[in-house]
Formats: sequence, structure tokens, C-alpha cells
Amino acid sequence: MDELYRDQILEHYKRPHNFGQLDDPDLEFEDTNPFCGDEQHVTIRLGADERVAEIAFEGKGCAISTAATSLLTDELVGKSRQELLLLPKDFVLELLGIEISATRMKCAMLGLKVVKSASLGKPADWEDEGEAGDPSEAVADLGQI
Amino acid sequence: MEPVSAKSPTAAPFSIEKVRAAFPALEREVHGRPVAYLDSGASAQRVLASIQAVDRYERRHHSNVHRGSHTLSAEATEAYEGARATVADHIGAADRREVVFVRNATEAINLVARAWGDANVGAGDRLLLTEMEHHSNIVPWQQLAERVGAEIDWAPIDDEGRLDIEAFAALLERAPKLVAVTHVSNVLGTENPIAEITRLAHAGGAKVLVDGAQAAPKLPLEMAELGVDFYAITGHKLYAPTGIGALWTRLELLREMAPFLGGGSMIRKVGRNGTTYADPPARFEAGTPAIAQAIGMASAFRWLDMLGMEAVREHEEQIADYALERLAEVPGLRVFGPPRGGGRLGPVSFEIEGIHAHDVSEILDRHGVAVRAGHHCAQVLMDRLGIAATARASFGVYTTPEEIDRLVDGLEDARKVFGL
Repeated sequence: MDELYRDQILEHYKRPHNFGQLDDPDLEFEDTNPFCGDEQHVTIRLGADERVAEIAFEGKGCAISTAATSLLTDELVGKSRQELLLLPKDFVLELLGIEISATRMKCAMLGLKVVKSASLGKPADWEDEGEAGDPSEAVADLGQI
Repeated sequence: MEPVSAKSPTAAPFSIEKVRAAFPALEREVHGRPVAYLDSGASAQRVLASIQAVDRYERRHHSNVHRGSHTLSAEATEAYEGARATVADHIGAADRREVVFVRNATEAINLVARAWGDANVGAGDRLLLTEMEHHSNIVPWQQLAERVGAEIDWAPIDDEGRLDIEAFAALLERAPKLVAVTHVSNVLGTENPIAEITRLAHAGGAKVLVDGAQAAPKLPLEMAELGVDFYAITGHKLYAPTGIGALWTRLELLREMAPFLGGGSMIRKVGRNGTTYADPPARFEAGTPAIAQAIGMASAFRWLDMLGMEAVREHEEQIADYALERLAEVPGLRVFGPPRGGGRLGPVSFEIEGIHAHDVSEILDRHGVAVRAGHHCAQVLMDRLGIAATARASFGVYTTPEEIDRLVDGLEDARKVFGL
């Protein structure tokens, strides 16, 4: 099988990077995958340049959601809030490097959704299933930050 | 059109091969293996008798019900009302008019929350639920409580997943207007002692609503023996189509209840200045009903009666017991719900240390084994158990020990994939 559960994914699942919670974060958000009840909590500290200086996440999740957020958070230091909001779905899918079925897409996108929500300060509202979904739609709300 | 069948009095075990042959979907392969469908608690596969009854009706007898005097309308009406009589017969209703057709158990419970709740529950009144309820037996009561300013109490479960009956009795001292409880838990496989619950609740002056969504496919039902006031069932979990369910209510209670939805069929007379309503059950069936689906549900009940519900129950107990026996062999696996014995039913929910339920179900799927992963619409219970999700194997009349063996083999493989 197991393309989906290849070593890189399992490695990030068992020993996720950036796992934990930052004290006094500048941005934070928690959300759940309504499909399975999984939760992720993201905390972000911004540097003097208003870019991500430090990021951490914690929560209970499956291999896909945990590995996706572990891989994602490795890539975000130095990004501005606007850049976080513009990250496309494919950014996460390319990091994962595996086929994600429609039923697991919500798992794969949970971390990205929480990161965008943290950046926005409210739930980032974008369709995250199927071809139609484009997280950069959250950018419509950019005027607010 | 379709005669009401007498129930089979025997509890003789049925031939599993013959039963399986009555389910076309079991011929499906998934990932190159015959499907081991262990998700009947979410929705059961359709029995051929029901598929054929729907097909026959749609091809030859369809028209609207309770309308014209032409032949097709008369046939459709006879079939639809015949379906009501079959459901009433199966659940031991005293009168077929006590059966209201609805879309599903959720709608049945919402109907009671509106039509009975709004008139009988007021500010400061209490409602008593249990920690093991499905969201369908929680949310309508929370909505009612919000509308009228009522309070909800939660009867706890013990560490084996059984209702703590002493704590339940103590909460009855707060004089709730209603007790809403599931007959069989959709996560724990616990069968609640409904007759005892009802006796206690009635002594305290409460009405009792039972969510029978999981129980109706597994247990013989006699409304008089249970003594309840409201009983909700859904068709798609008992081998019938989606979009049909039934609410059973004692007729004298039903007669006092105001309508739920307004529209055609539920009226006696409509004028410019007001409307008078039809008698039950029509009062609660606004609009053209799900005629074919009601016929399909009745047909599934007749098929179950042919097997005999005592035998169906016995099969469920045996499969659940075998699953509990085999799952105990899997290292790191923890089952939620009562232990073996004592009439433990399915489903069997579990978690494996180090593998999330979602991943368990994904890997099982590749073995052609279908289980559900998630919170099972029981987040209050998940919270009580201190978990976010479980994997759940649920059974049907067609489930075999070999399918349980395949479940266990799949779990062994999942452990291997995760390097456990």
C-alpha cells in the first residue's frame, strides 16, 4: 500500500516538528476537523519585521493531518501574514508528496486552515475539498488586517 | 397490495448464506477483495426484498396518496397505509395510527421536540438526557431548551459504558418533563434497560422518548412492554431506503399534539381565516410523503420478521461476542463499552495505541474492510471517554465471523505499517 503511509509521513506523525505551544503568541488559532473531531492549535510569534519568527502546533490528529502540519510549519518562518493567507492548497500537497483522496483532503488541509485563521484572526473560510477549493480565496478578507 | 405478515414465532438460527444472498451489495469488491461491510451502524445495505418492493411500486402503482379516487391513487394509498400497518405490527403498536412516517429518526425527535416539547416544556423545566446520546437526541433538546428557557441534565455512564442507573434515578428527583435516551448506543453497543428506565421516569412524572435507530434493526420491539411514550426509528439502518423513518407515539398523546410542519395532507379544512387540522397520523405528515420508501421500509420489516427478530438478536450478540474475543488479541487495542457477555451488542468501538482511528479505517479499506472512524455524532460521549475519535465495527444480519477475522488481519497489518 503504502505510498500514503510512506516513511516520511510516518516519521512526521511519530515525531512531529514544531510540536508544542508558544507562550504569549502574537497569533493563535484552534480549529477542528468536523469530519473526525481532530483538533489543531497553532501559535505564532512575529518578529520585529512582522514576519513569522517562530511557530508551533499541537493537537490530536491522524497521520495525514499531523504530518501535513509538521511539514507545513517547517516552511513558514520568515513569511508575512499576507504570504500565509496566499499559500495555496498545493503548497501542502507538494510537501506531502502523495496522492490525497477527497475523503482525506480535510485532514491534509487542517493545519493550513488553522495557520490562515491565525493569520486572519478569525476562521479562514475557504472550500478545502476537491478541485474547486482554493485557499487563496481567504485573501478576500485581507483588507481586514 | 401487500398483505401484513404474521411474525415468525421461532428463534431458530437462519442460514447466513441465504441471508447474504439477499443483499446484492455484498457482491461488491473493494480494492480487489469482497467487501467486508462492518459499517451497518451508519447505514445498512439494502435487502433485495426492499429493493424489489420499491421497484415494483415505482413501475406499476405510483400515484399520490390520499388524493384521487382513480385506481392508481387507490393502489398507492393502499400500499402506503399497508406499510404503516406493517411497521405498527412489527413494533407491537396497539393501533396503526400511532405510527407517523418521517424522514429519519432525527426528524422523529425534532417532531416531538416541537409538537410536544413547545407545548409541555417551559422556563425552568428540566430535560434529562444521557452521556451516550447521538447528536440527533441532543441537539433538538438543546434547541428546545433555548427556545423555552429549560435546563438539561446529563445522566452519567459508568466506566464500562453502561448507564449509571442510580445516578439516573437521583437526577429524576429534579422532576424532568422528559427523559430522552437511546435504546442501544451507536458507539458502545450498550443496550439500555428501557422498561426499567420508563418505570422510574413515569413514577417521577416524566415522559420518555427512546432513540431506536440502532435498536430497531437488532431487537424484537414491543411498545407496550417498553412502556415508552415516543419511539424513533429510521429505515436505512434496517436494510431499507434512506429518507424514511417512523415515530411511534401513544395515540392519546399524539391526539393532544399540535402539528409540526404545515401544508397539504395535514389539514381538515383550510379557510381564509384559519385552518383546522387532520387527526393523527395525517396531522404530522405534511406534503406528499416518501411513498416508495415507506413501502421499502415495510418490506424490510417483513423480511426481518421472516428471519425472526429473536434470531436476529442472537446473531448480533454472537458476532459482537466474537469480535470482542478476537480484538482482545490485538496488542495495544482498547475497546470502549461493556465487556463480553450479558447480551452485549454491537457496535464495537476501539482505538489502537499509536494509530489514529482515521488511519486504521484507511488501511482496513485497502483490505476491503469497511469501518467507520470519527466521533460517531456522539461528541458528549467522546468527551466523557476522553478521546476525539474511535474506529467502529458495526454489524448486520449478514456479518460473518470470517469478516471479523479479516478485520483483525487488517489491524495486524495497520500495526505493521505503523512500525508497531
